[in-house]
Amino acid sequence: MKQLVLVPLAAALLAGLAYAESVTVYSARNEQLIKPLFDAFTKDTGIEVKVLTDKEGPLMERLKAEGTNSPADMLITVDAGNLWQAGKQGLLKPIESKTLNENVPAHLRDPKGEWYGLSIRARTIFYNPATVKPADLSTYEDLADPKWQGKLCLRTSKKVYNQSLVAMMIAQYGEPKTEKIVRGWVANLAAPVFADDTKMLEAIAAGQCQVGVANSYYYGRIVAKDPKFPVKLFWANQNAGGVHVNVSGAGVTRYAKNEKGAIKLIEWLSGDKAQNLYADKDMEFPVNPKVKPDDLVAGWGPFKPSIINMSKAGELQGKATQLMDRAGYK
Amino acid sequence: MSSRLLPSRGVLCALPIALLTVVPLLVVLSSLLDPQAEVWSHLLDYVLPGVLWNTLLLVVGVGAGVLLLGVPLAWLTAVCTFPGRRFFGWALMLPLAMPAYVLAFVQVGLLDFTGPVQTLLRSAFGTSAWFPQIRSTGGVILVLSMAFYPYVYLLARNAFLTQGRRAIEAAQTLGMSRRRAFFVVAVPMARPWLIGGVTLALMETLADFGTVSIFNFDTFTTAIYKAWFALFNLPAASQLASLLVMFVLMLVALEQWGRGARSYQVRSAHAERIALHGRLRWLATLWCGTVLLLAFVVPMMQLLVWVKGVWADDFDARYPAFIGRSLLLAVMAALLVTLLALVLAYARRRYRDAGTHWLVRLATLGYAVPGTVLAVGVFIPVAWLDNVLLAALRPFGLEALAIFKGTLAVMLLALAARFLAVGFQPVDTAMQRITRSQEEAARSLGLNGRQVAARLYLPLLRGGLLSAALLVFVDVLKEMPITLMTRAFGWDTLAVRVFEMTSEGMWDRAALPSLFIVLAGLVPVVLLIRKTES
Repeated sequence: MKQLVLVPLAAALLAGLAYAESVTVYSARNEQLIKPLFDAFTKDTGIEVKVLTDKEGPLMERLKAEGTNSPADMLITVDAGNLWQAGKQGLLKPIESKTLNENVPAHLRDPKGEWYGLSIRARTIFYNPATVKPADLSTYEDLADPKWQGKLCLRTSKKVYNQSLVAMMIAQYGEPKTEKIVRGWVANLAAPVFADDTKMLEAIAAGQCQVGVANSYYYGRIVAKDPKFPVKLFWANQNAGGVHVNVSGAGVTRYAKNEKGAIKLIEWLSGDKAQNLYADKDMEFPVNPKVKPDDLVAGWGPFKPSIINMSKAGELQGKATQLMDRAGYK
Repeated sequence: MSSRLLPSRGVLCALPIALLTVVPLLVVLSSLLDPQAEVWSHLLDYVLPGVLWNTLLLVVGVGAGVLLLGVPLAWLTAVCTFPGRRFFGWALMLPLAMPAYVLAFVQVGLLDFTGPVQTLLRSAFGTSAWFPQIRSTGGVILVLSMAFYPYVYLLARNAFLTQGRRAIEAAQTLGMSRRRAFFVVAVPMARPWLIGGVTLALMETLADFGTVSIFNFDTFTTAIYKAWFALFNLPAASQLASLLVMFVLMLVALEQWGRGARSYQVRSAHAERIALHGRLRWLATLWCGTVLLLAFVVPMMQLLVWVKGVWADDFDARYPAFIGRSLLLAVMAALLVTLLALVLAYARRRYRDAGTHWLVRLATLGYAVPGTVLAVGVFIPVAWLDNVLLAALRPFGLEALAIFKGTLAVMLLALAARFLAVGFQPVDTAMQRITRSQEEAARSLGLNGRQVAARLYLPLLRGGLLSAALLVFVDVLKEMPITLMTRAFGWDTLAVRVFEMTSEGMWDRAALPSLFIVLAGLVPVVLLIRKTES
C-alpha cells in the first residue's frame, strides 16, 4: 500500500529530474487524436511528450492552482474561445515565431501570439437532398426565415461550437440583429435541440427536419462509414462573410519549464507533415494553406471561410451565451 | 461548564473525515462574497426559474420512480417465491454497473425519432408522430429512475430480508390482509432503508451532468457548468453551487425528519417466504424481467454491438493496465470509504450531540455536488499545499514540481470525499439494527470493547458493510471528473478512456471501456447478492 502511494510520488519527482528533454502538454483534444502526432514528433526530434487530458475548464483551473509549479509547457484546446479565455486569465505566454506566422493565417491565431490554431473546424449547413434544393440555401441568417418553420434542427446552445458561431455573428452583425436571427432559429425548430451533432445529422437523414448546422468532421465520420448517408453539405455564407470556422489550437503556458521545446512542438504541429496527420485524424481542415485536406474532406469542394479574427469567439462568448438564453435557445 | 466548551469525542472522530468534504466545498464557495450583479440578473431572468422548476420535477419524479421500481422488486425477491426469483435477486442489481450516461445514450438512441423503434413504426404505419418524445422531462425521469433504482433495491432488500417476512407474519396473525400488511407494516418498518436509498439516488441526480446533457435537460448542475465554462464566471458558478448545497442540506434535514425519532431495532428472524400463486407468479416474473431488460439487457446488447465494430481497432495492449488501475482504485476506495463510513456511523450512534450529528451530515455532502466542482475544490488546496511545501524545500535543493499532486493518496481521499454518502447510508442503516439491549447484554457478559465489536457489531453489520463497499466500488469505476483531475500523468483508467471517446461524441468507441466497466462491476454485484441471499 505504501509502495502504491510512493510510486507515483517517486515518478513525479523523477520527472522533474529526468535528463531526456520532454515537453508536457495539457490537452482538451482527445488522446486518440493527439497521441499519434506526439509519437511522430518524438521520432523526429527525440523530444518526449507527456500528455494529460481533461476538459478545458478543469485544465485551466489546474494551471491556475499550480501556478509556477505547473509541469505543463503547453495547452491544447478544441476551440478558440477557450484559448482566448486561457490567455485572458494569464495562463499563456506570448511567443514570437516566424514559422508559425508563416504556417498559420493571421485570423486563426492570437494577435498577441499567445495561441495558434492548428486545425480548422468548419461549422456549416447540412440538408436533406430529398426535400431541399441547394438553391434554397444561402446563409445561417436565412435559416431564421419563416420558410424553414418546423424544418430546422440545431444542437444545444450549451456546446461551445454554437457559442462561438453566435459570438462571431455578433462580431459581424452586432447584438440586436444576431438576437433576432437566433429567435428566428428557435421559432423554426422541428424538434428539441440535440445533444450532439451526429444525432442531429441523423435526424436530417431520417426526415425529422430538413436542414441543420453542424461541424463538418461529424458528417465526415458518418460518411466515411456510410457513403450513402442521405445528407449533403452546403457551404454557408459564401457571399456573406464566409463559413464560420473554429480552430483547435495550442499555446505555451505562462510558467512553461521547457518553453523552447513547446514552441518547437507547436511549430512542428503547424508543419506539412503534422498538418496532414493532425487534420486527417478527425477529418478537419489543416490551418496551413499549403497543406491539402484529406480526400473525402476535399471532395466537399473549396469554401470561403470567415476571416474575422478567432479571438472574437472568446471575447464575445459570454455575450453569445446570454443572448441565446434570452432568445430561448436551450 | 468547561466541558461544554470542549468538542465531544464524537466531534473529534467525525471532524477529520468531514474535513475531506468541507475543505473542497469551502474552496469552491469562497468566492461567494464576490457579487456578480450583471451575471446574476441574467441568471435570475433567464436561467434560474426554468432550472429550479426542472430540478424540482426531477427530484420528485426520480424520487417516486426509484421507489416505485426499487421497493416492489426488493419485496418480490426478498420475501416472495416466483419463477426466477433467485436469478432476479442478483440480476436486478446489474443496472448499477451500467453508467447512467450510457443507459441514457442508448435509450435515447433507441426511442428517439431516428431510432429503430420509431423507424419501424414509420415503415409500418407511415407516421410515428404520436410516439412520445423521449427527450423530455418524462424521458429523463424514466431513464434516471432505471439507472438509480438499484440503490433503493439493494437497501430495501437488506431491510426486507431481515424483517419483512416476520413482520408480515405477525400482522397476518393479527388478521391483516397481506396487501395491507405490506403497506401498513413492512414498508413503514423499512423506512430508514428506503429513505437512505432514495437519498443516494437523489443526491446523484442533483450532481449528474452526463445524463441530463444527453437529454439537454437544464438543471442546477448544467447552470453551474454554464456559469463556469460558458460565461467564465467562477464566482457566479460557486454561488449557484452553494444554492445547490443548501438545497441538499434541506433534503438531508427532510431525511432526518422522515426517519423520525423512532428507533427501528428489529431482531432478524427466519420465516417462510410468501408463495405467489397462479397468474400472480408469472406477473412477478414478467415485471422483474421487463425492468431487467430495459435497464440492463438492452443497453448491454447495444454496447456489445458497438464493441464488435471497434474491437479490432481499439483494443490494444494498454487495456490490461486500464483495467488493473480501475480495479485497484475501486478496491482501495471501497475499503477506505467503508472504513470511514463505519467510523462516522459509529460516532453518530455513540455520541448523540448536535456537533457530531452535523459533522456527519457535512461529511456526506460530497455526493450531491457536481463532480467537476468537487474535483476543482480538491485540486486547489492540494496544489496550494504543494506550492507552499516546494517553496519551503527548494532552498534545500529539492527540484520537484509536485509532492502530493498526482499521488494515489490524494486520488483516494478525493474519491472518499465524493462517495462517503454512498458508504455511509448502508452502514448507518445496518448500525440501527443493533439494539441497545444487545449491546448491554454483551457488555454485561463481561465482553470488552474489542470483543463486542468482533462478536456483535461485525456480524450484524456485515450486510451493510458489504453493500457499502459494493456501491462505492461500482461508483468509483464509473467516476470521471475526480479521476481526471487527480490522476498522475499516464495513469489512465477505464473511465478516462470513456471520457476520451464521449467528449467528442464517439459513443461507439466509448462502448469498449464501458463494457469493461460493466464487467468489472458485475463481479462484486454477484458476490454480494450471493452473500446476502438466504
